[in-house]
Amino acid sequence: MPWRDRVRRVLIAGGGPAGLYCGLLLKKANPALDITIVERNPAGATYGWGVVFSDRTLAEFREADYPTYREITDRFVVWDAIDILYGGERRRCGGHVIAGIARRALLDILQQACDARGVRLRFQTEIAGPADWEGVADLVIAADGVNSVIRRAYARVFQPSLREGKAKYIWLGTRRVLGAFTFIFRETPFGLFQVHAYPYDGATSTFIVECAEETWRRAGLDVADEATSLAFCESLFAEELGGQRLMSNNSKWINFATVKNNAWRHGNVVLLGDAAHTAHFSIGSGTKLAMEDAIALTRACEQYPDLEQALAMYQMERKPAVEAFQEAARASRTDFENMRRYTGLPPGQFACHLLTRSGRISYDDLRLRDPLFVDGLDRELAAAVGTGRAAGGAADRSGASDATGPSGQRAAGEPAPPPSRLEVAPPPAFLPFVLRGLRLENRIIRRARPVFAARDGLIGGEELARLAALATSGAGVVMTAPVAVSADGRITPGDPGMYRDDHAAAWAAVVRAVRGRSTARIAITLNHAGRRGAARPRAEGLDRPLRDGWPLLGPSPLPYAPGHPVPRAMGRTDMDRARDDFVRAARQAHDAGVDALHLHCGHGYLLGSFLSPLANRRTDEYGGRLQNRMRFPLEVLDAVRAAWADRPLTVALNATDWERRGIDVEEAAEMARVLKTHGCDAVEVLAGQTTPDSRPAYGRGFLTPYGDVIRNEARVATMVGGHLTRTGEMHILIAAGRADLCITEPVLSEDVERATDPPFSLSLLRLRSH
Amino acid sequence: MRVGIGLPTAISAVPGSLVVEWARRAEEGPFSSLGVVDRIACDSYDPLVALAAAAAVTRRVLLCTMVVIAPLRNTVLLAREAASLDALSGGRLVLGVAVGARQVDYDATGADFRERGARLSGQLAALRAAWEDERIGPRPAQAGGPRLLVGGTGNDVFGRVARYADGYVMGGGPPRLFARMADKARAAWADHGRPGRPLLWAQAYFALGDDAVDAGMRYMRDYYAFTGPYAERIAAGLLTTPQAVRQFVQGYAEAGCDELVLLPAVAHLDQVERLADAVA
Ligand SMILES: Cc1cc2nc3c(=O)[nH]c(=O)nc-3n(C[C@H](O)[C@H](O)[C@H](O)COP(=O)(O)OP(=O)(O)OC[C@H]3O[C@@H](n4cnc5c(N)ncnc54)[C@H](O)[C@@H]3O)c2cc1C
Repeated sequence: MPWRDRVRRVLIAGGGPAGLYCGLLLKKANPALDITIVERNPAGATYGWGVVFSDRTLAEFREADYPTYREITDRFVVWDAIDILYGGERRRCGGHVIAGIARRALLDILQQACDARGVRLRFQTEIAGPADWEGVADLVIAADGVNSVIRRAYARVFQPSLREGKAKYIWLGTRRVLGAFTFIFRETPFGLFQVHAYPYDGATSTFIVECAEETWRRAGLDVADEATSLAFCESLFAEELGGQRLMSNNSKWINFATVKNNAWRHGNVVLLGDAAHTAHFSIGSGTKLAMEDAIALTRACEQYPDLEQALAMYQMERKPAVEAFQEAARASRTDFENMRRYTGLPPGQFACHLLTRSGRISYDDLRLRDPLFVDGLDRELAAAVGTGRAAGGAADRSGASDATGPSGQRAAGEPAPPPSRLEVAPPPAFLPFVLRGLRLENRIIRRARPVFAARDGLIGGEELARLAALATSGAGVVMTAPVAVSADGRITPGDPGMYRDDHAAAWAAVVRAVRGRSTARIAITLNHAGRRGAARPRAEGLDRPLRDGWPLLGPSPLPYAPGHPVPRAMGRTDMDRARDDFVRAARQAHDAGVDALHLHCGHGYLLGSFLSPLANRRTDEYGGRLQNRMRFPLEVLDAVRAAWADRPLTVALNATDWERRGIDVEEAAEMARVLKTHGCDAVEVLAGQTTPDSRPAYGRGFLTPYGDVIRNEARVATMVGGHLTRTGEMHILIAAGRADLCITEPVLSEDVERATDPPFSLSLLRLRSH
Repeated sequence: MRVGIGLPTAISAVPGSLVVEWARRAEEGPFSSLGVVDRIACDSYDPLVALAAAAAVTRRVLLCTMVVIAPLRNTVLLAREAASLDALSGGRLVLGVAVGARQVDYDATGADFRERGARLSGQLAALRAAWEDERIGPRPAQAGGPRLLVGGTGNDVFGRVARYADGYVMGGGPPRLFARMADKARAAWADHGRPGRPLLWAQAYFALGDDAVDAGMRYMRDYYAFTGPYAERIAAGLLTTPQAVRQFVQGYAEAGCDELVLLPAVAHLDQVERLADAVA
């Protein structure tokens, strides 16, 4: 115990789970310590009802202190199911081992253990100011909860941030004994109410009621006293409560406050538990995190001779772990705050969305936990495809007929198999999809990676071979990289084009090659580079202007980057010409037999630059508010729609510019809504690149959260990429209603080989055609 | 995956002759590259000058900076030094750049620590431009100039990799962490519509042999003292046995690394042979 000589007296502020457990563990590690826990409440008083732990947490408690582990687990109620009550149905998903215990019981166990070890407990004593802790101990542990006085005293060092959630909640109890962790979603004339409830001893359950602040006001709960609030909730959930009352423990309607601290230590003072961090109760882990802090702090004190280093190691160990948890909690909290968005999903998808909200449970995890649940979900999704009921459903649930709805799942005239007969079903990403009458074999779009090898827009045999090879990738759709609608619409001189007659002939050959090999559909991405044009091929980087490039066009005379050529602000003639270029390209694509068109309105290319206030500074009717910024892109969309007749037409859109004053996801959702009314069948969600200064966050599935919002907010079918390379990732996106189609574009070494070794693919092709 | 070895340029009191001899022996070994790190405020050699010396006694191995703290330097001079080194070595330079982690290096050179990220972005574009500028010689031996890698772990790093560079270089950590970073680099690469894929490089420290472990650990603690309590954690990652080296190499290979450069924590020439035996 190297630290024995330096630390004798320990003061712990707060006798919650963090303070008590830490007192116990420190004393156990070093019995010579003189430890005092100061708690403002009397011994038996506490707020709250029960808390829950996952099985993983328990293993740590076992190792840290076996006797209390035994006592805690003896008092546990353990269950493994989550019930979701929604839309008049109950969905149960098993395999999530969860244990509950009364907060009171947990504190009793810890208090007794502290007592038995000789940790001094002083109840009904308030820590009020620095005089109460400065100089009275060698180590001061601030475990005084979410409103920590000690944290506030050193706010300059800890730099705490407190963020209040948007929803109102109240923490109640009931004698109704539940059989599972239970989520209830209840529509009322005031708005949506949701319940997080779980059993924690043989006789009682925690019952947390939550709703949006407006809902809370509309229901008059802002002016209601405790009894009225209880009565309101009791009658609302009378059925689920089975006649039992709700109980209050000085409970109030409050907003959840997320606490973060930049530093967790200051001299000999250290933050623990809720004083250091909180995580939204919907992932039920505050007590777990508090007790894990205690374990980590004790371990660090045992390991490092120097107190300062021990505290530093404690912070280093815990802060990243806690922040990861807080990120999951944030995702979960935001989902609950925006639950309205998802209440139109069919029950199975709704349940799946809820279960995977924190992004920590994959399709494969879910299948391991409860194969029956996942099988059922697969069948339900498959049946919905058959009946034309929205498996992708976001678009249809508003009640609109699916004649024009993007998620009409069944091609016209196809017979609908009765859903009840379905016994086996493929996993979600392998379900077919119908895009404006065009049947796609599955939900996966394989996009070709760009090569910049065309001459004057004309693609060569290598490009044809590469695309044809993708036809046998198994994906339902093969999509091209951007294809320019005019010579000056090219990003680089090597861009493929669709603006000369021989271009159309080359694309017709691609279409024939794809058709000859599979049932994959072929989609062409039409683009005008705008102010990002006349750049060099991207072998050595992006947006490197050509020495003698062509004149650029844009909404405003703003170069893409400092020192880049200045685009000409488009006048009416320029706009007419660009629009006509798109239309001619669409006609050519039509003649070439292309199945679907994808209109690029993102990443700062011409149409995208009109949409974003970062690139569009016009003061006429094409700039300024959203409606104006959308005007030109919509003129193009309308004209292309007319020329393209009744075939699938999709749009790529930035869901965020990743930049201040740029497009954000709310605005993008509004755009998606408008695009849909103009005949756009699905929206691809992109982010960034409107300027070179965007602050991106890349990683696996980095576009998924944006896709989720756009799809469910705007109720439009979405296509989501963002480095999805595993089918498991795609299944869960479809199953949870976060996307309708997944775009994959893997960056792998084999991909490069394919790209740089055309003779191989060509010879393959030759073999196959004989 | 290929394996390179670092030159002992950031270990204090290493004679210049030893650095040169180290390079000579590495050329004979199974190593594909020679790497150097960059620190200003410390007893260490300038990375590009050290690589120039190494270039003179080698023909085969790649010469790489892991990394040069570019914002400390004048961009045109850096471009010119890099072009010279590339030309002198017959096109063997791989230029890794990053913002670095120590403010002391910024203080020592008078560079602005707070502006380092934005400055690096600007420099990346300017380096390529300078290599193509006929008025600034010499011409690099590699078409388009030396391969450019960007290091670091922050979010902005991957945008820079994809927008300006040829790949990513990671400064240390277990294979799992590398796999995560590699995924970010690939995600950014595809998102930016770059053809092919990013180069993926990484580094780690070694000290092999019972007699070297203590000195190696001391070096690590000292070298990373600026990270405060993290130093201990980083030091614990030092590879001290052939078995550990092989496992680490394997882990990185599986995570998709192209080139792993193992840097010495001890400046004894026998370390070159010991590492050669371990990775052979
Ligand atoms: C609605 C809701 C549901 C939750 N459900 C769960 C769950 O299911 N599972 C889970 O793990 N966690 C849950 N939590 C979180 C959990 O309650 C806390 O994270 C946990 O109690 C933190 O422990 P702590 O010891 O840090 O703080 P607390 O438990 O808040 O303890 C702090 C103690 O310090 C005392 N104190 C405060 N100020 C002073 C002072 N100035 N002087 C003296 N004493 C003082 C307080 O009286 C209190 O006893 C939930 C939280 C909420 C709000």
